[in-house]
Amino acid sequence: MATTTAVPASGPTAGRLVPWLKANLFNSVGNSIITIVLAVLLFWILKGLVQWGIIDAVWSAPNMRACQAAGTGACWAFVGEKWRFILFGRYPFELQWRPALVTLMLFAITGASFVPKLWRRETAYAWVAVLAVSTVLMYGGILGLEYVPSDLWSGLPLTLILSLLSMILGFPLAVLLALGRRSNLPVVKLFCTAAIEIMRGVPLITVLFMASLMLPLFLPPGFTVDKQLRALVAITLFLAAYQAEDVRAGLLALPKGQFEAADALGLSYWRKTKSIVLPQAITIVIPPLVGNLIGNFKNTSLVSIISLLDLMQTTQVALIDPNWRGLTSEAYLFLAAIYFVACFAMSRYSQWLERRLNKGKRR
Amino acid sequence: MATSGATGRSATARSSDSKIWNNPTVRGVFWQIVMVVVVVGSVAYLANNAISNLERQHIASGFGFLSREAGFDISEKLIDYDPSYTYRDAFLVGLLNTFEVAGLGIVLATILGTLIGIARLSKNWLLSRLAQFYVELWRNIPLLLQLFFWYAILHVTAPGPRDAWHPLPGVFLSNRGLMFPVPSADPTHKYIWIAFFVAIIATVLLDWWGRKRQETTGQPFPIIGAAAGLIIGLPVLVFLLTGLHLQPDLPELKGFNFAGGASFSPELTALLVGLVIYTASYMAEIVRSGILAVSHGQTEAAGALGLRGGLILRLVVLPQALRIIIPPMTSQYLNLTKNSTLAVAIGFPDLVFVANTQMNQTGQAIEGISIIMATYLAISLSISLLMNIYNARIALKGR
Repeated sequence: MATTTAVPASGPTAGRLVPWLKANLFNSVGNSIITIVLAVLLFWILKGLVQWGIIDAVWSAPNMRACQAAGTGACWAFVGEKWRFILFGRYPFELQWRPALVTLMLFAITGASFVPKLWRRETAYAWVAVLAVSTVLMYGGILGLEYVPSDLWSGLPLTLILSLLSMILGFPLAVLLALGRRSNLPVVKLFCTAAIEIMRGVPLITVLFMASLMLPLFLPPGFTVDKQLRALVAITLFLAAYQAEDVRAGLLALPKGQFEAADALGLSYWRKTKSIVLPQAITIVIPPLVGNLIGNFKNTSLVSIISLLDLMQTTQVALIDPNWRGLTSEAYLFLAAIYFVACFAMSRYSQWLERRLNKGKRR
Repeated sequence: MATSGATGRSATARSSDSKIWNNPTVRGVFWQIVMVVVVVGSVAYLANNAISNLERQHIASGFGFLSREAGFDISEKLIDYDPSYTYRDAFLVGLLNTFEVAGLGIVLATILGTLIGIARLSKNWLLSRLAQFYVELWRNIPLLLQLFFWYAILHVTAPGPRDAWHPLPGVFLSNRGLMFPVPSADPTHKYIWIAFFVAIIATVLLDWWGRKRQETTGQPFPIIGAAAGLIIGLPVLVFLLTGLHLQPDLPELKGFNFAGGASFSPELTALLVGLVIYTASYMAEIVRSGILAVSHGQTEAAGALGLRGGLILRLVVLPQALRIIIPPMTSQYLNLTKNSTLAVAIGFPDLVFVANTQMNQTGQAIEGISIIMATYLAISLSISLLMNIYNARIALKGR
């Protein structure tokens, strides 16, 4: 993928192919050998993949046995049969238009938020509206929609909800933690530093285990919090600790004169922070923040370990079906494609954004 | 924080300063007291809940269970262990397994990551594009999915022992894992190990002496050659002197499984392959940007001074690139170690896996999680301590 998109920049142009090949692939004996070995290897791998994934593949079959009888290649019939389960899991089948709509809305609003022109107050209102409508659609119970308990929420909408909500809730927390770590008040500084370092020092699984096994013990008897919410709290705290360090880097990068000028104007701490310090500090660290979001989206898959039905876990469940057992490669490739498209798009976006934000600063 | 704001105001509004509320010190102390009260209060409230919950559910508390019999077996162990051993032993087995995966993973990922990072900078268009493709592909897929994928390949797709793949003589890959030859044990081998450690100590001393000589006389000492000679030469010499005791222990198909040699289980193999491939994609970018960050002028200046290729690389480029590469590389080492906890998903018995079993058996989640957290915090904090010492040593001085 990366190979094809990048070709126009440095790749061959018509009529200059031979000199280009000479300069870039066969400019020395060693390089010629490397080129030939790699080309043969690449051809061999691609041939195998095409043979298995396209030529010999079976596109429709009622079950795994029929698939194996029909051909030796990939059994895409499995994905055809199970994609709705993988995407929406145990959400009632005939009501799945609701999570589908929620997914589309979340994609649309996330995509819109990536456009710098739309970084306005209205977009924030749109987020609030989308989240409200999503909640109504997911739960139902009003407006004639059938009620669906939250433990049936699964698959792609659950993955999206967990990763987007943890981001929305985690960011303000991250800013507070970062400010606290830079505070002059020793107790505030100590607590914030300890919170950040502990969260960053332990693996995410530990935090998830803590939320799923330990949190119920700490709550008063009879008071329960559902599994999704517990996982959300864990991911939010974990993400906030990492983002706090990004924000802190932005605070450190801010010239001291900015703080002094604010003080000279006689602004209070919160006025100074809100109008002068944070807008600049956050702009500096937008690229690493986006990097964290990609990591967070991938990390959400870990909730399957505490048996939440996210995208990862619905795939695992789909694989248990005795009619379709053993088709792991097909299932995981389908899932990998979903994650890859989302993460690759975000990482390309963050590179583009970084170039754009650096335009004014380039020397 | 509020300090400077209030002092700035004091010139114009002196009268309000007389109120105690506007004294910045008082305000600071007040907010800190509020924070302590809130934090301590919530912790006390939660702890109180936990105690009453545990009592109600008849769950014991405290670390007494550590010396009780664990009663479960662990499939992979580097030390003696069976179900009659205590929980403490079980945790030790898990911890050693974590160290095994992390150690092997760090070494292999560093090698692979460095190679890919250099390949990314190659003048060969095909090689650099393939390296870029590698990086983009692996870092954009969740590690957990990659682990499941490798595990499925080893467990479902791989052939049985009878028709195992064997890419190299003595190396077999089947659904029982990876089998490879090792030198069979011989009593004389311990002298080779002793020679190896003696050589390392001698190298350190020699390096110290060489530096001192260079400082006083200006004569450089060829430490790299001497070190290589000592560390390789001394063990080889001992090996020759003790009479060349080396019998390879080859894995062989016996009945339904392999015997002899050494083996990695499918779980360990999948975990290692996944961790190494995933982490290497991040390391490649670190290596690449580290090398790119050394400005070309440096190489030219060194060339103008009359240094030749190898010396330029060793004395000018590498020391500067490493200063940039090592800190992020260390955090990748830490990430790999933390990510090895995903072992629990594919059933490799690392520390978290053992703790998870213990928590299911005893119901003592607080203790189990505390053990995991304490262990990883200790690892993280010691690595960042070492890094801070290292950074202080190599930081640019002067200016």
